[in-house]
Amino acid sequence: MNIWRRPSFWMILVGTAALGGYPLITGSASTREVFFTVLMSVALASSLNILLGYTGYVSFGHIVFFGLGGYVGFYLISAQGLSLYPSLLAGGLASAALAFLLGKAILRLRGAYFALATIGVNEAARGFVNNFDPFGGPIGMSLQFQVYNEYGGAVEALWTVYRILILLTLSVLLVSFLVRWSRFGLSLMAIRENEDAAEVMGVVAPNAKTWAYVLSAVFPGMIGVLFFFKNGNVEPGDAFRLHLSIEMIVMVMLGGQGTVLGPLLGAAGYQRLRGLLLVSPVFKNIQLAVAGALLLMIILFVPAGVVGWLRRRVPRLRRVLE
Amino acid sequence: MIPAPHLMGTVEGAGMILQVLGVSKRFGGLQALSKVTIDLPAGQILGLIGPNGAGKTTLFNVINGVYRPEEGRVMFRGRNVTGLRTYHLAHMGMARTHQIVQPLNELTVRENAMVGACFGGERHGLRAAGQIADEVLEFVGLAPRRDQMAGSLNVAQKKRLELARALSSRPQLLLLDEVLAGLNQPEITAMVQTVAEIRRRGVTIIMIEHVMHAVMNVSDRVVVLDYGEQIAEGTPEEVSRHPQVIEAYLGDPRLAERLAGTAG
Repeated sequence: MNIWRRPSFWMILVGTAALGGYPLITGSASTREVFFTVLMSVALASSLNILLGYTGYVSFGHIVFFGLGGYVGFYLISAQGLSLYPSLLAGGLASAALAFLLGKAILRLRGAYFALATIGVNEAARGFVNNFDPFGGPIGMSLQFQVYNEYGGAVEALWTVYRILILLTLSVLLVSFLVRWSRFGLSLMAIRENEDAAEVMGVVAPNAKTWAYVLSAVFPGMIGVLFFFKNGNVEPGDAFRLHLSIEMIVMVMLGGQGTVLGPLLGAAGYQRLRGLLLVSPVFKNIQLAVAGALLLMIILFVPAGVVGWLRRRVPRLRRVLE
Repeated sequence: MIPAPHLMGTVEGAGMILQVLGVSKRFGGLQALSKVTIDLPAGQILGLIGPNGAGKTTLFNVINGVYRPEEGRVMFRGRNVTGLRTYHLAHMGMARTHQIVQPLNELTVRENAMVGACFGGERHGLRAAGQIADEVLEFVGLAPRRDQMAGSLNVAQKKRLELARALSSRPQLLLLDEVLAGLNQPEITAMVQTVAEIRRRGVTIIMIEHVMHAVMNVSDRVVVLDYGEQIAEGTPEEVSRHPQVIEAYLGDPRLAERLAGTAG
């Protein structure tokens, strides 16, 4: 199966690039901020989808990779004076390394046990960083303002960060596509459907799961670096927010787990909804409760998500919605 | 049957594709298998029979690495494979079907078969695996359903899918766990022909079966298990005359009669 010949491949990548590029053309900083949140969610949700959607392992603590990668990259920029680009790589690698080690330890757990373990990992990471002095302990770290001079000043740096985010998001979607239509992806989906049967057919499940976990951790790590570089400061409470993990799951489930398009639509749709709720006087304080209710509704009524539901109902759309 | 060159290395197991040597397996207080020993020459069909709960599926699970036996060894293609994982054995050319079908529901029939071709003994890429899957689905008669989700098949079709997945890995040894159960008479006839054809292509087979006339017709040799004990072994004819075998089946005297009648 040649993915370059799939219409959905071009639709998704060109569509994302065009939408992401829109603020670059208009030059509006406020549009850029809205799109920053959306693209970040798309990239995080699509990363999680590799583990949750393709492999069938629910990670409730996936934000740990965002937080840890962010911390490592931020530390390199603020304390070691490294530039943004190597720090981005280092953040991604740090998250990948953590996922690799964790994978060896907790991926043998299945179902709810694995999910619980991932929450524990996130809390442990938060506890560790809280007490780790080089990372600033509970106070965290801040960037000196002149760091941004290297990127043409703070205003220009924000645009640079946004352009990198577009590239990262496109990379995540590309990876998602490559995995979905590869031999490796087939092994992940076999594990999702029935891990024991997959092993009997020769799938080396422990390895496949570990690599899926690593792959789903790399980009959140890099995005963490980008996010905190943009913010100018990082603290444990911001880096390891458990509810962000849950929002990531909502986005994947809403759009449709196990598809490339699902997390993209889910993340965009969820952020749009959240934007509306945040400005509504009734919902602005309980928008997280809405996320919880939404997750419940999806699991009860459309477990396959929007894309999965459409694929089932309208077979003709299957070529495009994947 | 002329043994393949790679099988002639060991003296004691020359020509044997599989040897089960004094294997015992216990679950708590239940002795599921006690000192079972089987020699299986390449190219044969071995029937494995016995009443419910005799330990037949447990023996399969020990052979293909799901369980580790407390005692004894399993030799496959001249190598001690005791305690290896199921995927190691799949890579070495062993495939099996499950008594309780285990389809990958949300994948298509074709993708199910492709998993076997991709990750089994021959480790093909996607394109080649797709071709093998198509051939195998044609062979087992599932070709018209290849793009359907595996979960939407009926029981007989799911049994065939189990077989297709196992065959697409191009195994040297195939473990068939009650592929005939739940099938009607014409389906049984068709499946028995399929099994005979698989053997004709050079695959060694062990089949667990309750449908006596089928297993007696198609097997070269038969092993009978009862409460984990190996109570008889031999040609179908020898086994069906064995007093202990008849006794084991006495709960259903007509079955014992039929058993003797068919093979004699």
